[in-house]
Amino acid sequence: MKTSRLSLWIFLSPVLMWLVLLIVLPHLDLFIMSFRAKDEYGRMGFSLQNYVHFFEEPIYWLTFVRTAVYSVITTFFTFLLAMPVAFYIVKVVRPKYKGFLMVLLLLPFWVSELVRVYGWMILLRESGVVNFFLLKLGIVDAPLKMLYTDATMIMGLVYTSMLFMVVPVISVLESLDDSLIEAASDLGGSKISIWREIILPHCKPGITSGAIVVFMLSLGNYLTPNLMGGKNSLWFTEQIYNQFIASFNWNQGAAFGFLLLLLSSGIIWAGLKLSRVKLGEVAS
Amino acid sequence: MEIDLSVKNCVKSFGSFLAVDDVTFDVPQGSFFSILGPSGCGKTTLLRMVAGFEEPTSGTIMIRGRDMRGVLPNRRPANLVFQHLALFPMMTVAENIAFGLRRRKVAAPERKRRTEDILERVGLPGYGGKRVDQLSGGQKQRVAIARCLVLEPLVLLLDEPLGALDLKLREQMKVELKKLQAKVGTTFVYITHDQSEALVMSDVVAVMNKGRFEQMGSPQDLYHAPETPFVARFVGENNVWAGRVEKVGEVVAIKTDEGFVFSAKSQSPLTVGDRADLFLRPEAMRIEPREPAGLNTFSVSVRAILFDGAASRLLTATDSGHELMVALPQNRRFDHIAPGQTITVGWHPESGVCFPAVNPAAAADAGGARP
Repeated sequence: MKTSRLSLWIFLSPVLMWLVLLIVLPHLDLFIMSFRAKDEYGRMGFSLQNYVHFFEEPIYWLTFVRTAVYSVITTFFTFLLAMPVAFYIVKVVRPKYKGFLMVLLLLPFWVSELVRVYGWMILLRESGVVNFFLLKLGIVDAPLKMLYTDATMIMGLVYTSMLFMVVPVISVLESLDDSLIEAASDLGGSKISIWREIILPHCKPGITSGAIVVFMLSLGNYLTPNLMGGKNSLWFTEQIYNQFIASFNWNQGAAFGFLLLLLSSGIIWAGLKLSRVKLGEVAS
Repeated sequence: MEIDLSVKNCVKSFGSFLAVDDVTFDVPQGSFFSILGPSGCGKTTLLRMVAGFEEPTSGTIMIRGRDMRGVLPNRRPANLVFQHLALFPMMTVAENIAFGLRRRKVAAPERKRRTEDILERVGLPGYGGKRVDQLSGGQKQRVAIARCLVLEPLVLLLDEPLGALDLKLREQMKVELKKLQAKVGTTFVYITHDQSEALVMSDVVAVMNKGRFEQMGSPQDLYHAPETPFVARFVGENNVWAGRVEKVGEVVAIKTDEGFVFSAKSQSPLTVGDRADLFLRPEAMRIEPREPAGLNTFSVSVRAILFDGAASRLLTATDSGHELMVALPQNRRFDHIAPGQTITVGWHPESGVCFPAVNPAAAADAGGARP
C-alpha cells in the first residue's frame, strides 16, 4: 500500500509540477495583480478599479461580447462544415483513401498559422488573386473589399480550427456501427431523421469536445482576428495585449485576462448544460 | 395461396465476382423460409437485396406482386432484423420500437398503444422504459424483432439474429421464434449458416452455395433426400465413402475403395465404372442388426464412445482405417459396447445416397462436411 502510494506520487509529480508552476502560480499572481491599482496618490493597493473600468468603458465590454458571440458563431460554422467532412472520410470513402484524406486535412497545419493567414491575405486583398480573376473575367468592375471584414475573419477562424472539430468527430463516427444507419433507414427513416436521431446523438461527445476546443481556440486567438479582421474588428485578446504591451498596465490586463477566463468557462458550462453532456463523457 | 416474396433470376455481381447467381424462389404468405449456407455463399447479399440495401444486377424482386426495383429500403414493406440487432443505444426500448411508427407519423397515443401491445406479444411487458444496455441478449433479440413487427411488414427478414447468443439461449430462442412466427403469421425469411436453426424453424429451407440454390425443400426432404453432394455434406452429419459404380438400376452397386460392395439409391444418373461418393447418415447404421437380410453389413472396430445424451455416437473404423460415425441409441441395449471391440453394422440400401464423385478440392469447399 505504502509503495503504491509512493509510486503514484512519483508518476503524478510531473503533472502536478506542470499544473502548479505553469498554470496555478502565474494565475494566482495575475489574480492578485488584477485587484491592485494605484490610488489618487499613486500608491499601489487593493482596488476593484480594474473591473469597474471594464464595465464603464463601452469599448471594452462591447469587444468582450463581440468576441464571445463571434466565437460561438465560429464554433457553429466549424461544426456545420466538419460533420459532412468527417462523415465522408469515415463512412463514404473507401478505407484505403481514408489515411490519405486525413493527411490532406493535416497538411495545412504543418505551416505556421501566421503563414496560413498571410496566404488568405494574398488571395483576398484588393490586388489579390481572387480579385484579379474576378476583374479579368469581367464579373466585377472594381476590386471587391474582401479582407478586413467580420465575415472574412470568421472564415479565417473556421479555417484555422477546422481540424480540431473534424478529428474528434471522426473518432466517434468510427465507433458508429453502419448497421444502425441501415436499420434506421430500413425502419422508414429519411436522411434528415437519421442524421437527427442516430448520427448526431451518437456523435455528441465528439462534437462537444471539438466544440470546446474550437471555441477556446477562437476566443483566445490573437493572430487571425488581428490580421484578417482589420481595424474595426476588435478581438478581446487584442485588448489584453494592448493593456500589457502598449499601455503597460499589467493590472488592467490581468483583470481582462480573468474576465476572459470567466467568459470561456461560463459559455462552456452553458453549452454542456444545453447539450446534456457531462464533462467526463467529453474526454472519453 | 398468396405469394409474399417472389425472386426471379436474381443476379448480383461485384466486379467479376458473382455473389448471387441466378436465384429464383417464391415465399408463400405466412411461411417460414430459411436460406442455409456457409459464410460467403451470398445469402446476406441476397437478403440485403430484398431489404433494398443492394440493387440486383439483373432479375426481379417482388413483394406482394410489386416490383421492388428502385424502391428505397425505407419505402419497402419488408423489415430487416440485423445480425448484431442494431438497436439504437441512444434510445429506450420503447423509443426503439416507436422509431418506425414515428417516421410514419402515427399519432402519439396510437404509437404508445402499439408499442405496449408488441412488447406484450414478444413477452417483454413493461420493458419500454429500459435502456438497451440493461437488457440481456435474448431480450435484445426480442426487442429487435418487435421493432420490425410493430410496423406490420409483409415480410420480416432475419440475418442470423441468433448468431451472437450462447448455445443454451439459442436453443430456447429457436423454439420461441418459431412460436412467435406462428402467432403473428408474418412471412419470415431467415438466413443462417446453422443447419439446426434452419431445420427446426422452417417450413421451407433453401441450401445455398457459391451464389446458387443447391436445393429447396422441406427440412425432411433436405435431410432424407439430398439432391447434391453439397447438401448431403452440409445438412446433417454424413459418412462418406469414395468408390466406383459396379451396377446401375433401381439400386446401384458401388464398390468402395476399401473393397466393400454396397447397394444404395442414386440421386443422379450414374454409369458403370464412374467414380462415385456414397453418403450415409450415422443413424442409418444399425448396430448388430437382428435381421441382416437385405442390409449392407460389414464389421468395424470401435475406437471411442462419444457420449452426448440422445446424440451419442460411436467413432468406429473399418479394417483399412476409414473412420465412420455410428449413432448409438441410448436405450441401454448397447451398454456392453466398449472401445476396442469389433461390431457388425448394417444399413438399408434406401438410406445411402450416391452422387458422381466431385473432385476433392470442391468437396473440401463444402464447408460443414464432417466425413
